[in-house]
Amino acid sequence: MRRSLETALAAALFAVVGIGGVVYGARSWMPPLASRHGAGIDAMLLYLLVTVGGLFLTGYLALAYLIWRGGRRDRIGTRLASHKTEVVLSVVLGLGMAVIAEGGVLGIGMPVWTEYFDAAPPADATVIEVTAQQFMWNVRYPGADGRFGRTAPQLVDETTNPLGLDRSDPAATDDIVTINEIAVPFGRAVRIRLHAKDVIHSFFLPHFRVKQDAVPGMTPEMVFFPTSTGSFELACAELCGLAHYRMRGFFNVVSETQFRAWLSTQAATR
Amino acid sequence: MTNGFVRRYIFSTDHKIIGIQYILTGLIMAIVGAWLAVLIRLQLGWPEHQWVFLSRLLPKGMPSGVMTPEFYLAVVTMHGTIMVFFFISYVLVSGFGNYLVPLQVGARDMAFPFLNMLSYWIALLSAVVMVLSFFVEGGAAAAGWTAYPPLSAVASAVPGSQMGQTLWILSMALFIASFTMSGLNIVATVFSTRAPGLSMMRLPLTVWSFFIASILGLLAFPPLTAGAVMLLFDRHFGTSFFLPSGLVVAGKLLPNTGGSPLLWQHLFWFLGHPEVYVLILPALGIAFDILPAFTRKPVFGYRISVWCLVAVGCLSMIVWGHHMFVSGMSPFTGEYFSLVTLTITVPMTIFGVNMLASLWGAKLELRTPMLFALSVIAMFGSGGFGGLFLGNATADMQLHDTYFVVGHFHMMIGGVTLLATFAAIYFWFPKMFGRTMNETLGRLHFWFTFGPFFVIFFMQHFLGLQGAPRRYYAFTAFDYLRDTRGQNLAISIAALLLVSGQLLFLVNFVWSLFGGLAAKANPWQATTLEWTTASPPPHGNFETQPVVERWAYEYGVQTTDGDFAVQTVPARNVPVTA
Repeated sequence: MRRSLETALAAALFAVVGIGGVVYGARSWMPPLASRHGAGIDAMLLYLLVTVGGLFLTGYLALAYLIWRGGRRDRIGTRLASHKTEVVLSVVLGLGMAVIAEGGVLGIGMPVWTEYFDAAPPADATVIEVTAQQFMWNVRYPGADGRFGRTAPQLVDETTNPLGLDRSDPAATDDIVTINEIAVPFGRAVRIRLHAKDVIHSFFLPHFRVKQDAVPGMTPEMVFFPTSTGSFELACAELCGLAHYRMRGFFNVVSETQFRAWLSTQAATR
Repeated sequence: MTNGFVRRYIFSTDHKIIGIQYILTGLIMAIVGAWLAVLIRLQLGWPEHQWVFLSRLLPKGMPSGVMTPEFYLAVVTMHGTIMVFFFISYVLVSGFGNYLVPLQVGARDMAFPFLNMLSYWIALLSAVVMVLSFFVEGGAAAAGWTAYPPLSAVASAVPGSQMGQTLWILSMALFIASFTMSGLNIVATVFSTRAPGLSMMRLPLTVWSFFIASILGLLAFPPLTAGAVMLLFDRHFGTSFFLPSGLVVAGKLLPNTGGSPLLWQHLFWFLGHPEVYVLILPALGIAFDILPAFTRKPVFGYRISVWCLVAVGCLSMIVWGHHMFVSGMSPFTGEYFSLVTLTITVPMTIFGVNMLASLWGAKLELRTPMLFALSVIAMFGSGGFGGLFLGNATADMQLHDTYFVVGHFHMMIGGVTLLATFAAIYFWFPKMFGRTMNETLGRLHFWFTFGPFFVIFFMQHFLGLQGAPRRYYAFTAFDYLRDTRGQNLAISIAALLLVSGQLLFLVNFVWSLFGGLAAKANPWQATTLEWTTASPPPHGNFETQPVVERWAYEYGVQTTDGDFAVQTVPARNVPVTA
């Protein structure tokens, strides 16, 4: 039997999708990296992109071949595979997949994950409190005393005191509050305590491979280490309402001196 | 009139009519869902463009021809809700489940025909309530189809959280009631009404997939029902299940104390994850069963595939936390969920390869249902690979809530299910209506469907790698997303192509319903029980009770009918080979 044009086209379709997909994917898609633990996350993603890319190509080419080949037969080839063939193929492929998937988690993923969450924050880390609200990031530094002043939701006034800072608390007097702008000194770790005032937001620094939901009633902490200076964007990654798409902040990694100068300007303008 | 048209076609207790009712309702909802998808893509492909004709059609949502953010969020939420619950669940699970299960097990009807009718009418009511929610004050729900509180619980958080969200919850409650009844019915039918000789290991995989999907639904939906009631109480009766102390929304301190927003996420995903398997398992079962009719040989690894479905069903109940890796849940839990989630790749890989291996040695006939079934294999592979990224907690830290997720789940519960739905419609249309769909239009429809669909959602994976968050009204506010402009434009164009291509299907469907060629009882020369009766089958399905003699895949044998033996052919006439 002659292979019909359509069979050839269908086989070609799947072959093109397989090859085209790998070609399209084989670019550097991620935003440039700017954090230490992010190298681990990128390694995890690279491992997945390479292994999955290989499987993807193999799968599509196999499908294309089987269509190409099957379209030319007048009678079936092998009718029933033996039970043994079925079991062997399943065990081999199942195990192979388990090794690729779980191997990635255990070999690359888990160490990165554990280090990111378990590492004790260095004593010299810059401590910052970020409180997300519709649709901005309230940023607070503890000031010279290194202690955050007390806050209370009853004291919140959206125009004068968005964090509900208790001015009668001595620890609160030197707290520095900014909006949508975080500065950190280069060469030190960053330790962020995350709050949310109203709904769930998500603190997403694409260049730092940092993402953490800000959930009302919870105070998750993040510790990470910037590896390059510059101004980076902070995005909200959890649907939080109408202006979710432009809930934008800046995360500036600057030199120690610039950082001190910036902090004192912020303290003065308060 | 009681025994006339109304009784027969409207308030029918016949599973075939109810199945068709579900399918037609689901297809109408699909048109609504697709229209919402077009609006989304117009906004993302051409942000700020003024669509003057749309401003006349939607004066509130697109006053000057540009969509408002509140309308955008409502559209996104409703697109997801409608497609998941009112299109795929209705057409594939309830529709084909109802139509096929009794026929394929050789029963006269479902175990509980009246309950079945009740399920459909409640399902219809649920769909009507959901669509009506567009027209209430504040518009339809806008907190996403996952409805995370506090956004979904506090009316001042987003306009859609006024009356729209309440109707969303009520509609979901109706949906769950209906889906539970229908699932119970399918399980009971498989257990109690199988034809003599039809052991569980002789069931077509389609029936197995509906059976497992229904059990999953029965186990997973009740927690969401509880969650929905709690959310309703938080919204209207002052409780604080999901609302912690000290919430200040829109400048106002709320009186709630002591709740946890994460509790909702656990309840939602405890349903939500099994739910995606409720949708995808029937799709896989159907594609698996359509293959042999066009390869003219038995499937590869039937028994192993059954156990794969069982294994996936069990595993799907204990992996929900992979939706919550960065939610603030304990990182230790994240490690557990990561490891267990990725074990699902084992049965799913085996299943996928069994489908592929079923093509080995085939005498391939590329009819329309087969083209779609083949593309199910392809889409299942592509989507499944994305799961390796998202199930991996470390990779998910970057990819969570980005377009990678959007691309992934659209391929799986959008693409695999959509392509399988088409395969099923083209395959069983002759049985349902006694007429054949037009083959040329059908094939053309395939070419307009798989390609664009693949391009759209494949590209979205890479948007996600670039860090583009989902549910963004526009990507214009961030510098690092500036390069995504062209990609979004390309995706939008592919989406418009995809939607236009579906017109071919609609025309074919409607035209064939009235003008299609008359169908024989077994036009595809297939082996399962539904093909032993007339097209369409009479009330009661079979003239005489079928007695099953063999498994469902006896192809490639010499019989008086040709190269296949239906399940009722006695073993003394044609040897049983598996």
